[in-house]
Amino acid sequence: MSCAIIGKKLGMTQIFDHRGYLVPVTVVQAGPCTVVQRKTKENDGYSAIQIGYGKTGRSKRNSKPLKGHYQAAGIDPTRILKEVRIAEDSEYKVGDTITVERFKASDRVTVVGYTKGRGFAGVIKRHGFPGKDAGHGSHEYFRHGGSIGCRTPKHTIKGMRMPGRMGTNRVTTRNLRVIMIDPEKNLILIQGAVPGWNNGFVMVQKTNE
Amino acid sequence: MNPLLEHHSSKQCRQDVTEFEPGDRVKIWTIIREGDRERIQPFEGDVIRIRRRGIGTSFTVRKISYGVGVERVFAYNSPLISKIEVLRKGRVRRAKLYYLRQLSGKNARIREKRLT
Repeated sequence: MSCAIIGKKLGMTQIFDHRGYLVPVTVVQAGPCTVVQRKTKENDGYSAIQIGYGKTGRSKRNSKPLKGHYQAAGIDPTRILKEVRIAEDSEYKVGDTITVERFKASDRVTVVGYTKGRGFAGVIKRHGFPGKDAGHGSHEYFRHGGSIGCRTPKHTIKGMRMPGRMGTNRVTTRNLRVIMIDPEKNLILIQGAVPGWNNGFVMVQKTNE
Repeated sequence: MNPLLEHHSSKQCRQDVTEFEPGDRVKIWTIIREGDRERIQPFEGDVIRIRRRGIGTSFTVRKISYGVGVERVFAYNSPLISKIEVLRKGRVRRAKLYYLRQLSGKNARIREKRLT
């Protein structure tokens, strides 16, 4: 059965695995998530579940249509809603709870998150340009991008890599290994790094499901 | 920092170890797994560095083996260390004893700490 869960990235630490090796892990506090809506092929054109996670601070923040949406499901409003495609014959129904117990150690997971925002970044950080000489008579021109075009075609080609806003992109990291599950505290310990900032939201899914 | 972050790793921290400091002579008994066999191998030398990082704490042990300096880095909390034995307390005046690498013979000795 496919499964996905929404969680909060708490940060990174290290842990000894079953072999006694120290491995780097990201601790994600995930779930419990509730199924808010079941989308079906007949009704919506595709098969998916909508899952909610977290508590909302003030119910005032939710618009009336959204409140109605939660009311129809009989579920308290959640902080975030995400949709996950699932197989049509899947058993999920509205009101189901998804917890970390759907995962187990040694599972391979895919984590979707938003990368840390880097602000207005130059061309070296943003596109990996090599930069210019620090010596050989070069001055006031160290981290520039160089030329952005030539005499013909008289304009800069579309897609030319230049400085600009960097980060907060949706990024998917696949095939990360689950080291440990803690159902009591709703934690998943995933080997390696996961996209996003600490206390940011991430989605954890089993890879290839 | 969220207390749940270190919840599991701090549980793995070693509780049973006798304290040691840089300059002490220690004997470290490590478990070595060969296939399905297990054996224990000791490594004896002077602690020249302790890097305190919670679960990631490590230390370096230096010894002179057949005239060649050998250093080994151990993970302090590793379950593969079965025993840590302090053989001798050393009197040193700094936290990292990297200067020992430059010294040889009688100069490379560490004075013993006299306990009053």
